[in-house]
Amino acid sequence: MTGVWLAHRIAVSLILAWVVATIVFLALHMVPGDPAELLLSTGGISPDPASVAELRQKLGLERPLLVQYGAFLAGLLRGDLGTSLVDDYPVLHEIALRLPRTLELIFAGTLLAISIGVPAGVYAAMHRGGTFDRCASGVTALLLAIPVFVVGTLLVLLFAQTLRIMPAGGFAPFAQDPLLHLKLLTLPAIAIGKGLAAVLFRMTRAAMLDALANDYVRTARAKGLAPGRILVVHVLRNALNPVITVLGLHMGTLLGGTVLVEYVFNWPGLSTPLLRAVEARDYPMVVGIVLTISVLFLLINLIVEMLHAALDPRIGAR
Amino acid sequence: MKRLWLPGALVALILLLALAAPLLGLPDPVRQDIARRLAGPMSGSWLGRDEFGRDVLSRLIWGARTSLSVAFASALTAGVIGVVLGLIGGWSRGVGPFLSVRSMDIILCFPPVLLALLVVTLLGPGAATLILVLSVLYLPGFARVTYSEVLSVRGRDYVEATRALGAPTRYILLRTVLPNIAGPVLVQLSLAVAAAVVLESGLSFLGLGVVPPAPSWGLMIRGARATMEQAPLLLVWPCAALTLTILAMNLLCDALRDAVDPRTAGR
Repeated sequence: MTGVWLAHRIAVSLILAWVVATIVFLALHMVPGDPAELLLSTGGISPDPASVAELRQKLGLERPLLVQYGAFLAGLLRGDLGTSLVDDYPVLHEIALRLPRTLELIFAGTLLAISIGVPAGVYAAMHRGGTFDRCASGVTALLLAIPVFVVGTLLVLLFAQTLRIMPAGGFAPFAQDPLLHLKLLTLPAIAIGKGLAAVLFRMTRAAMLDALANDYVRTARAKGLAPGRILVVHVLRNALNPVITVLGLHMGTLLGGTVLVEYVFNWPGLSTPLLRAVEARDYPMVVGIVLTISVLFLLINLIVEMLHAALDPRIGAR
Repeated sequence: MKRLWLPGALVALILLLALAAPLLGLPDPVRQDIARRLAGPMSGSWLGRDEFGRDVLSRLIWGARTSLSVAFASALTAGVIGVVLGLIGGWSRGVGPFLSVRSMDIILCFPPVLLALLVVTLLGPGAATLILVLSVLYLPGFARVTYSEVLSVRGRDYVEATRALGAPTRYILLRTVLPNIAGPVLVQLSLAVAAAVVLESGLSFLGLGVVPPAPSWGLMIRGARATMEQAPLLLVWPCAALTLTILAMNLLCDALRDAVDPRTAGR
């Protein structure tokens, strides 16, 4: 990983973040008609002019578009995302409070998916065509087909409602009750991680089969290397690259999935204020949260690319 | 080829049920009958009634109609616009490809659900908003696939020959290039329909997609969550219908892809 390559990747990510911010800003103005009227209208009934004027003033819509854009970008650089239209609460405070909980969920789901999907894929590839391989492939197809919110709802129905061994949802701060915290984290993490686990299983299995078929593996075997060492040094390292690519590609789905999973399990992450804001058409709050998660998405992809380069020296050297 | 018929038949059956919904003599899916709310299965309503006394079987089948019409409408819209952009991008040189294909990649910077929620905030929930959002989301896929296929086809002899005969560009693109890249585009279409069904149900589940009381699988799951304790089966039916539909569509996509591109077969 050379410094130039890294600087280039970071610059690209920054430009993308700027484009994303611009699109989010413009979205309100791209819709035909007056933006303030648009946000206040419900089901074709035109809103009263006084509240439209008030909202227009609140959002600063009476200024020229370029001035608004400049103020928006300057605010972003200062970390100022504006205030909620509903209760004047600063958007940034809401995000600062909730983002760690969402990140924890994403992290737990990803960790779970990696620790199940990758070893299962390795095992299935080593015993190709065996019982485990065939069963796991069937389960994978099912896991990929079942939507996250369906998994979440069915997990609640099974473990909380029927068996009564898990809480149906909610949140407890880790400092207060670590055990309950982890218990509440388990089902949402499974719901979020299931798709990624399935994708990782498929990719690991295919990449392992490709890597196992290489001449250098045969050479390593022929010179009498221990099978465990061949697996780790020669096969796994080369098989991990496509797996990491898939991990990055799946992150968009995973980040969207957290919105649904947090809703199902009443996990008080970013999705609670987001959904409330979408319903109340609280545009600054929606923009703040959508921007935060989209930038997080860009950041994760940057990290994935760096991991990629660390594993495959050919990438960083180009 | 033998993997094509089972998922194909299942998808065809679901499509047929959805299309024939008005002809099946089902009870009105939105008529409420509070006196018989949460009633169990009986003759005339095989799967019982929901929290408003509406017939569950009828809502399942009409829900398929809602989901699939939104999914097909958005996939076809995305397909037509995306293919045109891809054709223009693949055929032109200079800034053409950048403007028509690479610029679409911006859409991929957003996690899909979040872009959808942003648009719902602006336009309000409803089937029209859903179709708009979903077609925007699947546009880059079509543009990319068409673009790369056009690049690989444009230098072929039969394209050169048509051009040498003096055919206008529009004729070459639509009559010579398009039929030859139809396979991958068709695969992309099936992928987009399956993905659209998932996203539509998810947004409806959040109460931000299809507007009640219209029947939708996502809305049914949302409604049945509240009565999970008394009537767990109400939750199971739409979950099963949704999962089965997507499973069949995914398997059909895989089989179609193998049929179009033999290299991926046998994996």
